[in-house]
Amino acid sequence: MRIIAITNRVLKELMRDKRTLALMFLAPILILVLMSFIFNNSGTTNVKVGTVGISHELNQNLNTIKHVKIHQYDSEKTAKIALKAEKTDAIIEKDGNNFNITYANTDATKTATTKMAFKNAVTVNNIKQLKKHLEQSNRALNELQTKLALVTKKSVKTKSMPATQASPKIKNHYVYGDANTSFFDKILPILMGFFVFFFVFLVSGMALLKERTSGTLDRLLATPVKRSEIVFGYMLSYGIIAILQTIVIVLVTIGLLGVEVVGNIGSIIVINLLLALVALAFGILLSTFAHSEFQMMQFIPIVIVPQVFFAGIIPLDTMADWVQKISYIIPLKYAGDAVSNIIMRGARLSALGGDIGVLLIFLVILTILNIVGLKRYRKV
Amino acid sequence: MNKSIIELKNIVKSFGKQNVLKNINLNVQQGQIVGLIGPSGSGKSTIIKIALGMEVADKGTAEIFEAKMPNRKLLSKIGYMAQTDALYMTLTGFENLKFYAKMKGIKSSELQLQIDHVAEVVDLKDALNKRVEGYSGGMMRRLSLGIALLGNPKLLILDEPTVGIDPALRRKIWRELKRIKNNGQSILITTHVMDEAEQVDEVALILDGNVIALDSPKNLKRQYDVPSIEDVFLKAEGAE
Repeated sequence: MRIIAITNRVLKELMRDKRTLALMFLAPILILVLMSFIFNNSGTTNVKVGTVGISHELNQNLNTIKHVKIHQYDSEKTAKIALKAEKTDAIIEKDGNNFNITYANTDATKTATTKMAFKNAVTVNNIKQLKKHLEQSNRALNELQTKLALVTKKSVKTKSMPATQASPKIKNHYVYGDANTSFFDKILPILMGFFVFFFVFLVSGMALLKERTSGTLDRLLATPVKRSEIVFGYMLSYGIIAILQTIVIVLVTIGLLGVEVVGNIGSIIVINLLLALVALAFGILLSTFAHSEFQMMQFIPIVIVPQVFFAGIIPLDTMADWVQKISYIIPLKYAGDAVSNIIMRGARLSALGGDIGVLLIFLVILTILNIVGLKRYRKV
Repeated sequence: MNKSIIELKNIVKSFGKQNVLKNINLNVQQGQIVGLIGPSGSGKSTIIKIALGMEVADKGTAEIFEAKMPNRKLLSKIGYMAQTDALYMTLTGFENLKFYAKMKGIKSSELQLQIDHVAEVVDLKDALNKRVEGYSGGMMRRLSLGIALLGNPKLLILDEPTVGIDPALRRKIWRELKRIKNNGQSILITTHVMDEAEQVDEVALILDGNVIALDSPKNLKRQYDVPSIEDVFLKAEGAE
């Protein structure tokens, strides 16, 4: 079988190219681990807030909020100096009945944290005051009741609520993951697809380009091999590579990063295999428009980077209509969609018919284009 | 013996505005070595591509083994060697031979025999298990020729096969080509080396997309009244 011989040859060449191999298997691991550090730690930014002339209680409330540290300043002037020197991230100042807050605003998350913290502190303060009032009125009520009981000489059971009623506790339940589930978990399925797409696209495109420029493609086509056999041989070899790559990525995300996968890992591999074949067909097709390796690299900003934008890492529903429509022609979107559903909701492959169907359509069209496109180099 | 292996009739071919072949008539008979000689850019490689069916002529007919080209299945009877070596550098010589043999459709049972034979001919027996990236230029050229010889093709199309090969080996290769010819196989060869042109049965002088002379070296020399093919070439070019 010629297809098997071509597959064998492509794999053999790849196995001997250690750097490319490392790029395909180690680079995704490195990037995933780095990203998990970056995104998972975003919740623990510490902010330092300078306060001027606000009540002792409010100060205490602020201090009890996690990740917030309070520095009390005597005057606005000294507080501002501290802000300028980047010793604090914000100043809260009492102005009559109102509060003035000045943010350094060099880090949007710190500003947001401060805003939230102050709101919380004020709310807690208000509740405490309310409680105090409630206790006072309760006490008055009790006194009244005892007096009333004395008058009527009947023992009245005090039905009044206990003065210090426990405030309701909030218990959080998560359908997927736990309290530590972060932005990283959301983008992970898309990232997974992205790595498969990017590396298969680039490496296969380069491989075919090399085959063309070194003359081996001409020579291959001077044998009775069918054009389709060449395309299918490439598909088979890169399909195998994509399966291995997906397994490595999945094992790293589950084992090393502790991401919860609700659905079937086999389903994830199927989707990524499909995506890899689309990427392969895409890479081969575009490589025919490139005259050198550098020109192949030029496809990265035009073809690869937009895929990332439209794949769902950034929510699309708030964007303009026509922008959203672009995402329909992005293969990565469908794969990301499907893998998200598998990882987070445990969707079965049978429930993902739409995504799989679109990927299959991409694959069939691109494959036909490739087989026909090889006619440029041999007319039959 | 008079079976036509390659028959090109009134071939015209343009790439864009450039008219590469104007009117090419060329015949290669069974058991014949025909040499294409001409300056670079004269259209020799295009003639070869049309004969292989990689390109289709705008006008005229190209037939190989009395069948119209392009024809994919006929390619199994043709051994082709391009100007570039067209080898897989990370594979060994043996792996290259094996891969192309499979592409040509050589049966597994004959595979080892064929590889041993061509390795012997191109003198690469000891280097077969070395990766091609470690080969010298001459070794790559020889391996490339070896690939063309795989499967005992009835027709060999060789584009500058002896560039970068030292004289001793060149002689050996020519001995092999003559043996192939005496076997009844045909060879179409392009060359720059004029003393090689003396060794072929017929020389086709190509200039500006035309065949300006087609005859045996002996007749050509007599016709132009010069001592060597090189002089024939120079005279023909000057006369145009």
